[in-house]
Amino acid sequence: MTPACASLRAADHGPALRVAEQFEEASQQRAAATLGMWIFLATEVMFFGALFFAYSIARYQFPAAFAAASRHTNIVLGTTNTAVLLTSSLFMALAVKCAEEDLRRATVTLLAITGLLGLAFMGIKLTEYALDYRDHLVPAVNFAFDPAYARGALVFFGLYFLTTGLHLVHLSVGIALVALFAWRVARRRPNALADQVDIVGLYWHFVDIVWIFLYPCLYLVSRT
Amino acid sequence: MIAIGLPPEASTIAPRVDLLLYVVTAVTGLVAIAIFVTMIVFGIRYRAGSPAPRADDIPALQARARRRVETAWTLIPLALFIASFAWAARLYMVRGTPPANAIELFVVAKQWMWKLQHPGGQREIDEMHIPRGQPIRLVMTSQDVIHSFFVPAFRLKQDILPGRYTEMWFTATKTGRFHLFCAEYCGTDHARMGGDVVVMEPAEFARWLAAHPAAENMASRGADLFRHYGCSGCHGANASVHAPNLAGLFGKPVPLSNGTTVVADERYVRDSILLPEREVAAGYAPIMPSFAGQISEDDIIDLIAYIKSLADTREHPK
Amino acid sequence: MSSVVDGIGAGIPGSRDTRRSDAPSSYLTDGMSIGSWLATHDHKRIAILYAITITAFFFIGGAAATLIRLELATPAGDLVRAETYNKLFTMHGVIMVWFFLIPSIPATLGNFLVPLMIGARDLAFPRLNLTSFYLYVGGAVFTLAAMIAGGVDTGWTFYAPFSTLFSNTHVLYVLAGVFVVGFSSILTGLNIIVTVHKMRAPGMTWFRLPLFVWAQYATSAILVLATPVLAMTLVLLTVERVFGIGIFDPALGGDPLLFQHLFWFYSHPAVYIMVLPAMGVVSELVANGARNPVFGYKTMAFAIIAIAVIGFLVWGHHMFVSGQSMYAGIVFSFMSFLVAIPSAVKVFNWTATLWHGRIVYTAPMLYALGFVGLFTIGGMTGLFLAALALDVHLTDTYFVIAHFHYIMVGGTVSAYLGGVHFWWPKITGRLYSDRWARFAAVLLFVGFNFTFFPQYLLGIAGMPRRYHEYPPEFQTLNVLSSAGALVLALGYLLPLLYLGWSLFRGPRAPANPWHATGLEWQTTSPPPTHNFASTPVVTAPPYAYVPMRDVVDAREGTQ
Repeated sequence: MTPACASLRAADHGPALRVAEQFEEASQQRAAATLGMWIFLATEVMFFGALFFAYSIARYQFPAAFAAASRHTNIVLGTTNTAVLLTSSLFMALAVKCAEEDLRRATVTLLAITGLLGLAFMGIKLTEYALDYRDHLVPAVNFAFDPAYARGALVFFGLYFLTTGLHLVHLSVGIALVALFAWRVARRRPNALADQVDIVGLYWHFVDIVWIFLYPCLYLVSRT
Repeated sequence: MIAIGLPPEASTIAPRVDLLLYVVTAVTGLVAIAIFVTMIVFGIRYRAGSPAPRADDIPALQARARRRVETAWTLIPLALFIASFAWAARLYMVRGTPPANAIELFVVAKQWMWKLQHPGGQREIDEMHIPRGQPIRLVMTSQDVIHSFFVPAFRLKQDILPGRYTEMWFTATKTGRFHLFCAEYCGTDHARMGGDVVVMEPAEFARWLAAHPAAENMASRGADLFRHYGCSGCHGANASVHAPNLAGLFGKPVPLSNGTTVVADERYVRDSILLPEREVAAGYAPIMPSFAGQISEDDIIDLIAYIKSLADTREHPK
Repeated sequence: MSSVVDGIGAGIPGSRDTRRSDAPSSYLTDGMSIGSWLATHDHKRIAILYAITITAFFFIGGAAATLIRLELATPAGDLVRAETYNKLFTMHGVIMVWFFLIPSIPATLGNFLVPLMIGARDLAFPRLNLTSFYLYVGGAVFTLAAMIAGGVDTGWTFYAPFSTLFSNTHVLYVLAGVFVVGFSSILTGLNIIVTVHKMRAPGMTWFRLPLFVWAQYATSAILVLATPVLAMTLVLLTVERVFGIGIFDPALGGDPLLFQHLFWFYSHPAVYIMVLPAMGVVSELVANGARNPVFGYKTMAFAIIAIAVIGFLVWGHHMFVSGQSMYAGIVFSFMSFLVAIPSAVKVFNWTATLWHGRIVYTAPMLYALGFVGLFTIGGMTGLFLAALALDVHLTDTYFVIAHFHYIMVGGTVSAYLGGVHFWWPKITGRLYSDRWARFAAVLLFVGFNFTFFPQYLLGIAGMPRRYHEYPPEFQTLNVLSSAGALVLALGYLLPLLYLGWSLFRGPRAPANPWHATGLEWQTTSPPPTHNFASTPVVTAPPYAYVPMRDVVDAREGTQ
């Protein structure tokens, strides 16, 4: 048990988790749920991977245009968001640890902070979208760009909105899960839910990793 | 006439493809027959109730047999497969390597017709007249969707893509009229996008060319277009803009601003006209405007012919 | 109707009460309302829900095929307009691939049998299983909407830029339908992988698993890894079509070959999704029909895995003339020859399973042997197409159509029907007329060959595919093919009749009418909701068939 968590021990215990009828015992249920989440993440890798592949081909087609377009992304907000999301992963990891240590208040707090940081990311991203709209960078809506690079920049921003939009959808699901488990842990023994919190953590870290690849691809192309 | 097998062999590569086809058919046919005969023999001999003796310990029997046969029936097919692969790959490389003395014909495919252009400027629709015995290289592009130039008698086809050139070469060996089909689904009248390849004796072909003169050949039409579209404004002799000299350019390597080198072929010229920011020549600023949407595929082909005609000159085009 | 197979060797007659359902409680009778079926968590009921819907789609896709073959009986396009014909072959492909073939064995037989075969009570995630079914239904609704709204004419391959900028049909409906049904596939695959890993009964080690389970497992891995790429490709198509962002269309700076690479990266492994489960079924049927262990069990298992893995590395063989680099073509050709090796080995091993067996020619066995023959021919012709220089002539012609129909129809559909016939007593608790079933199997085999073998010759002669009308010299072979199609259609309609009859009037089935090995036969027919009265413990190797010296030639009911 970590010293920081020692003072926040849970005071009461809830009932143990029910084992679904298709399983023989709780350990089998846990193992199945964890493996299920890993496989789901594998599908997500293939999902985003196809997008990154399309991005790579498009960037090879339009090297100068992608560089020019990338310079129009908002580096300040993008970098801030990267810091926000990485920090949220830290809190998620701590939440998982505290759940294992059966520390209710710590777990709930850490999950809440994770969710709030996720919401902060979302808020910053939506602000960024509004700024992009102001700067005429939204394809099919009001896109206007230096004619020398317009075609490639259109593809860049099309992919930008598609990938960050999909990322936001995944993040929303993550925030909902984190909120759900913060509520559940508040109502019963965290240790009983530790494995499920761990699985939510896997998903959250994956959403973070996707952003870690998106950030340089979108914001850092040829920024001198 | 009923088509039930291979079409006539009308190109130099057709007999080679047919030989490969016969051999692969024979080998796979023999193996398939061997498998079927074995199944039938086992199926009768080991029918329930038949008096054929069976081993007492089937797993042991199978285990002994496995040791002997599984390696064999894995490695022998592997050897046969590698041999077929290599033979077919070599022939595929022959298909992909046009000889230097090939005459170029330009093909523009569009929904739902074929437009062909001879170097002398003659244009054809849905027909391609060519001489027997002379290597021909088709440089092809599409005005809209993907098509495919398929001549069964030549045993050749090549997809035609919008936005780039694809090539196919052949030497016809037989005179006659042969089917030309579109072989990539391209919309409503895909099945009607047919035509004919008409192969003639060289002398007869020369007479045909003479009987169908074009107002001007492709290169001189290209020269007119070069002025019409304003290319000579930057690339001409008296241009004030620092733009690459196109004389002597075609077919030579071009160093690019990103440090790589490309050969100035049809693709390079076309991309320079439509996507000039993609490959910028070393030492030049990326200021050439794109002509995408302004120049038709036919005009691009003529411009290419003109630039090719400058290949042996040293001075700026006029 | 003649009575049916009740057992081989031991001669235990099936019970004869047929009219009243005083049979012991089973998953079929455990809740009789529509709601209990539509909201079920039971993998067996979900399998039946799938079976009903995919059968409906099979006949819809088959109706399109019937119209196609009727049109092609004459060289002129005189039955339907060109636009209609193009919509017919598109919908035939879309429906057959995504709404019949891909779910067929995994979602029906796989869903029903995998838990039973491994000794589990259900799949790992039963509610996810039900979700998969409703995602399938959702995708189906979109696709049917597209058909009703006038159809789509892009071909099931959706090549850009035709599908993004030129087609005037309701492409987006179909893209949405396929996108949604793709998630059904992904979740089913996920469910089966976790189930096989974590829910095997005590003693059921990996190398005691029936080959059907190995096949489902490998198929599920492909489902899970390949389908997301398709999903994203469809999203990119939509983005280009709706927003005009040039990803594939060269007029907007895109690359049409990028579409083909993305599409075939999924669609080639997809054909292994279609054939691997069929191979799993065939192993079960041949072992039982020959009353022998499968020859070379471990080899067969590794061959399944090898096919799944190598199958991800061959997609470019659909693009040998597309404009991709010659060297890429060479690599893909080599890999395509490699993937044929494990397939060939499987054919040899099935043949060797007959050796020293005691073969009984029931309908499932006929379907299984038919699979081996037709898959051999289809697989051999795959080699023609893997050979680069031959593919240049044969691609985009009827040769390719014949090749893939030999595998998908001659192969997968035969195996699916064989599996349905084999496990019918277990699933429904009823027996059917084996004589009619054998007749239908033979009719199918004959009709199939008459339909599709002439198409190889048409392709060699140069007839391109997706042709609404054609030069008259191709007519003879086309007429032969269309005539065969009518026989084939009859072969498919017959099972509806005698299997339907069996559902209501068939004699009750004993637990193990085929005297087969496998845990699914150790429980009642039909099984109770939780599959087994108590968790089985496995000690025997798979296919522990013992040759019986005094076997009775039980040629079922042909008295």
